[in-house]
Amino acid sequence: MLANAWVIPLLPLAAFVLLLAGGRRWKEGVAAWVGSIAVLAACVWSLGVLAVVPGGTGRKMEIPWLSLGDTVITMGMEVNRLNALMLLIVSLVSFLVHVYSRGYMRGDERFSVFYAYLALFTFSMLGLVISPNLLQFYIFWELVGVCSFLLIGYWYYKPEAKAAAKKAFILTRIGDVGLFIAVILAFWHTGTLEISGVIQAVQDGKVEAGIVTLIALLIFAGAVGKSGQFPLHTWLPDAMEGPTPVSALIHAATMVAAGVYLVARTFPLFEASPVAMDTVAYVGAFTALFAASIGLVQNDIKRVLAYSTVSQLGYMMLALGSAGYTAGVFHLMTHAFFKALLFLGAGAVIVALHHEQDIRRMGGLWNRHKGAGVLFLIGCLAISGIPPFSGFFSKEEVLLSAWQDGRWGVFAVGVLASFFTAFYMFRLFFLVFAGEYRGKGQPGPVSSGMMWPMGVLAALALLAGFAEFPGGWLSHWLTEETGIPAGHGSAPVWLPLLTVSIAAAGIALAWGMYVKQSVSPEQWRARAPWGYRVLLHKYYVDEGYAAVIALPYKGLSIFLRGFDRYVVEGLVRLATAAVQTAARVSTRLQNGQVQTYALISVIGLVLLMIGLAAGRLF
Amino acid sequence: MPVTSYLALGAILFSIGLYGVLTKRNAVIVLFSIELMLNAANLNLVAFSKFGLHPSQVGQVFSLFSITVAAAEAAIGIAILFALYRNRGTVEADRMNSLKG
Repeated sequence: MLANAWVIPLLPLAAFVLLLAGGRRWKEGVAAWVGSIAVLAACVWSLGVLAVVPGGTGRKMEIPWLSLGDTVITMGMEVNRLNALMLLIVSLVSFLVHVYSRGYMRGDERFSVFYAYLALFTFSMLGLVISPNLLQFYIFWELVGVCSFLLIGYWYYKPEAKAAAKKAFILTRIGDVGLFIAVILAFWHTGTLEISGVIQAVQDGKVEAGIVTLIALLIFAGAVGKSGQFPLHTWLPDAMEGPTPVSALIHAATMVAAGVYLVARTFPLFEASPVAMDTVAYVGAFTALFAASIGLVQNDIKRVLAYSTVSQLGYMMLALGSAGYTAGVFHLMTHAFFKALLFLGAGAVIVALHHEQDIRRMGGLWNRHKGAGVLFLIGCLAISGIPPFSGFFSKEEVLLSAWQDGRWGVFAVGVLASFFTAFYMFRLFFLVFAGEYRGKGQPGPVSSGMMWPMGVLAALALLAGFAEFPGGWLSHWLTEETGIPAGHGSAPVWLPLLTVSIAAAGIALAWGMYVKQSVSPEQWRARAPWGYRVLLHKYYVDEGYAAVIALPYKGLSIFLRGFDRYVVEGLVRLATAAVQTAARVSTRLQNGQVQTYALISVIGLVLLMIGLAAGRLF
Repeated sequence: MPVTSYLALGAILFSIGLYGVLTKRNAVIVLFSIELMLNAANLNLVAFSKFGLHPSQVGQVFSLFSITVAAAEAAIGIAILFALYRNRGTVEADRMNSLKG
């Protein structure tokens, strides 16, 4: 089981090849079965791996791939406990999304292509998780980026989807350049690409402190791009143009968590550099609050969830930066379950309302879709941090690690962001499920194939917290024999009280605004119209980028186009004109008149003679 | 020096011939002019065979050869002119430009 764990990513790859070969000839059912079964097999295998994986460095297997001089670059797999946990999360969520998509994508023209992309993504993500060296990691890192691009732009005939796909690709690319430089630097200074080797070299103090900081910061730049952290977060909300199952799988549960995973995987590098740790913590905390505040006023159901994803990823970074390794990974796990659940729930709502995404035109769905409502409520409670749902435990751990690391500011920001989180999630919930239906037409049914994956995720969102509580089993399991500190001991009594009361306050405010309507949102809006506008326009980050980067770039390109058109092309035209003129003159000489030719010969002869005579004189 | 007058005559004949080749439109006169240039060269050959640095009969023999070759050449030239005249109905040199590129 463990020795052959490299087969796990190959199962979805096989499905991808089959789906490509089958193409559109296959019926929807066949394509869905092929994809789902392959991923289910990967999922079961991962479960087996998880059960037997040893602690510490785990199990490694490599084959030589390239040799450059004395250095051999290998490909292979490395399964330690973090990897095994990620394998299970990815394959499980992917399997549930595969099943769910059967209902969501029904009737789509390129159904099997969608499944092929999903399978390719699952392959890439699983491959990324088990990569033993940075180069292989980077290859899969780019592959998941490509899959993300393909799936965001899946409805490529929509101009917004096309633009969003491009934006996602380009913005993550900015971070990827940082990661690539980090890979090169690590190789340069340690002579190895193995992640464990690099970590070993750093722990042995073979690398200068400044270089370690630089490598860690550049790795973090890659993570910032992939995980939608400020300032490269703008692609993630736009990525919601893709189909909702894709949003659940890629842009909530797995790929965007890859950045967090990367930081966790190379955690000893960060530990060795206080500057890098500070950066991670502050960027994470800022992003958590920043994105949560934008989420307060958005009106598109998927965009609210997208900003919530950005915010929760910020939490994970915050935890990692505060030395809360297990807290970050724990929150990654619980977030994967409850956010995938929320997205699938949003997808069910969208299908029921015939692809309506504006929450101002929803409402009153509780009576008609009680099942979806209950599942969505579980997700909301989990993300808001209400016990005993998983989000409560993981968020508490995150805040606890910030507290015990002595980062008061970060802690306060985290608490404030959790208030925002509770508010906007329940604003969403009440607007969608409570009150009267405000849309046109009648809500339709949601197929059972879409409901039961949500049920599984809801069960996980409810229960995943007990992997850690009580007794800290998960953190002990994760850090056994790795040398990373397991946890921070027990929390002060007031911390759970504080987080729960903050979350409850957020929920109560949402309830007061959108159900009881004793607090009018309009009044608040009127009190600070500019604040509302700033939030609605997402702090004008997109506009700012357009003005500061895109506009000068555009100006430069217009200038260069002019230069090319008038200067470069002018030179080319000049050259052709010169040749043409010369040709015209010489054709006039060749007029077929023998006497002219003779005259020219004589003139030539005379000139030659004059030349020779003159040469003699000098 | 006696050779100078021969050479001067040769040069004058050659120049007249060259002028005729370059300016006359009638191809027959062009041919005649070529003959003039040839004979100017022959005159030089004979003059040098008599008054040159190493006087010998070789120059005279050469000029006899070249007169023979010139006769053959004139015959071929006239024949070509006949053929051209039959085809195009003209012996004007400036209208024989069908090989123009």
